[in-house]
Amino acid sequence: MSARENIFRKLRAATTAPLPSPDAAIAAHYASLPRTAQADLARVQLAKDFAEKITAWHAEVHIVPRSTWVDKLKEVVAAKGIASLLYAPATTHGKALAAAGVAGLKPYDQPIDGWKRELFENVDAAITGTRGAIAETGTMIVWPDADEPRLMSLVPPIHIALVDADTVVPTLYDAITQQKWSAGLPTNALLITGPSKTADIQQTLAYGAHGPKELIVLLLTGEDAQ
Amino acid sequence: MRAHETTHHVQFVPGSEFKRRAAEVVANPFLKKSFRGAMDFLMMKRAAQFPDPELLERQRDLAEHIRRYSLARLPELLEQLEVNLKKNGVQVHWAETPDEANAIILDICRRHDAKLMVKGKSMVSEEVELNHAMEAAGIDALESDMGEYIVQLAGEKPSHIIMPAIHKTKQQIAELFAEKVPGVSYTEDVDALIQIGRDVLRKKFMEAEVGLSGVNFAVAETGTICLVENEGNGRMCTTVPDVHIAITGIEKVVEKLEHVVPLYGLLTRSATGQAITTYFNVITGPRKPGEKDGPKEMHLVLVDNGRTQAFADEQLRQTLQCIRCGACMNHCPVYTRIGGHAYGTTYPGPIGKIVSPHMMGLGATHVLPGASTLCGACGEVCPVKIPIPDLLIRLREEATHEAKPGHAPMFGQGAGKTAFASFAFKGFAFLYSRPALYRLFTWAATRFRFLTPANQAGWTKSRTPLTPAKKSLRDLLAERSKH
Repeated sequence: MSARENIFRKLRAATTAPLPSPDAAIAAHYASLPRTAQADLARVQLAKDFAEKITAWHAEVHIVPRSTWVDKLKEVVAAKGIASLLYAPATTHGKALAAAGVAGLKPYDQPIDGWKRELFENVDAAITGTRGAIAETGTMIVWPDADEPRLMSLVPPIHIALVDADTVVPTLYDAITQQKWSAGLPTNALLITGPSKTADIQQTLAYGAHGPKELIVLLLTGEDAQ
Repeated sequence: MRAHETTHHVQFVPGSEFKRRAAEVVANPFLKKSFRGAMDFLMMKRAAQFPDPELLERQRDLAEHIRRYSLARLPELLEQLEVNLKKNGVQVHWAETPDEANAIILDICRRHDAKLMVKGKSMVSEEVELNHAMEAAGIDALESDMGEYIVQLAGEKPSHIIMPAIHKTKQQIAELFAEKVPGVSYTEDVDALIQIGRDVLRKKFMEAEVGLSGVNFAVAETGTICLVENEGNGRMCTTVPDVHIAITGIEKVVEKLEHVVPLYGLLTRSATGQAITTYFNVITGPRKPGEKDGPKEMHLVLVDNGRTQAFADEQLRQTLQCIRCGACMNHCPVYTRIGGHAYGTTYPGPIGKIVSPHMMGLGATHVLPGASTLCGACGEVCPVKIPIPDLLIRLREEATHEAKPGHAPMFGQGAGKTAFASFAFKGFAFLYSRPALYRLFTWAATRFRFLTPANQAGWTKSRTPLTPAKKSLRDLLAERSKH
């Protein structure tokens, strides 16, 4: 008999009493948490909470109007001395960057296999979009895809992320249920909360363990929500 | 004999060494201080995450419900997980023993002609001693979690499931790096030390043909594995090499992604007192056509290694609710005094005492359930409400008795039985169930108390001798009722 058959035989030999599904209890739990309603004012509060929390996780947050984020990005690129900025040319924000002629742009347009070393050694920063954010924990939701691959938010020492203030939800549970994650997950979905870190040496916090050392968030808002 | 008894020879260190090792750590003021300090810090950070005891209780109830529900449906959920993983292009393997798990992984590595495997943190890979198996086959298995990297460089084993290098000071790590990493000079600066590790390991991520990871949660409904980490090495191992192999115990599966949310929230808060980790890595298959990165091939190895034995018994099954947060060890007065290495098992602390007997057998582990004061702290902080003290008592019983009629014997059943203890308890029962004899005994014991030996075998090693009182309780009560 195979290992699989043996394992299932042993598991099925045990008597298990059926238990009710926890679905309703989980929904009730998250509904009972203090949360903001869906009014416009509440949305602003959610975005503020997100910004505050992710700042506490050591991210640098810039709140900028949607129409002028590229200018802000140019400032960041200059201030950080970024010579090579990886971007996703097929995305809306990627097209905006190319149109604005940001200096040092490098497109992620080839499979990684041909330029792994270059990505690891010669790229200063990468800019990606996000699918939303979570107010409770100060977390960004990132779903890499064919246009904007997985390694952009991992390998370059600086990760710049665009978060639209209107996409901030109260909890992870809200994100998963409202966006119907289970109906179609990508090969890789990520929650990112701050730059890479470790406390493995004498419980001393250090940033930039293996992933980005810096996380810069451009939080995009309407013109008057500044 | 069952299959895993005959083929299972993996053993970390013999269980009989436990007392000697524990005594060594207790006598080492340096280790005692570092564990005390680290555990106090972790307890304080956890407490800060749970200011509202009622809310915490509700969260623990919910998490327990989810884990118990998942285990009640374990065979179906595993089948569903397998079907969905295959649909997503993930190859699924099953292993009853550590040897089988290692053979599966080795076979995958050989097919890819792999020379280097980079490893994200995986306690199951420690449990099956994968690194030894890889080394024996000439494949470099490199730990990439900073703590695990340090411990591997020192030729040691993790002393804590969440913070593997918690027993080491930065001075020791500075010396280790200066000695073992080419071109590095001594520095105690933690940022500089992390940068050294980062530089070494980044080169390895690029080179490695295979990346190995553990699994925190497997989701049956979507065929997904979830990984929890702060450093990003887990993401490196699961994204950069061409082949990703994940290894996990069969108990880690839940039905839906929604079920993961409350468990993840409690895991990080209970473990390190963090509301969330830097990364939550949700993987649902290898690189798809058109995608530019990610592994081209992905495998999941599901390991039994004694878990089906725990599953067979309704009480012991609760052991499998564990989400490996480590809060039980952080709050354990025994772990805090003796550290993780003394246990001689992959999983130390209270959870180690109740899970290891299923993996290694009671023969190697029967002393562990006894090494507890039953203070109950572990059970109180457990986010999934495993009644650890009850399970310790149960395992003490299994270690010193034959299996109850109608119950299959556990691996190593009765291994802790000694002729002296059986004799002593038989004598005790004989004496205490015969009133006349008992009265004669107390009469003699109170009168001849001066004859009590000063050296009472193991008892007087660290305690004052036991001497009968001048008067028995019975006599004292009789006197009092006269007045």
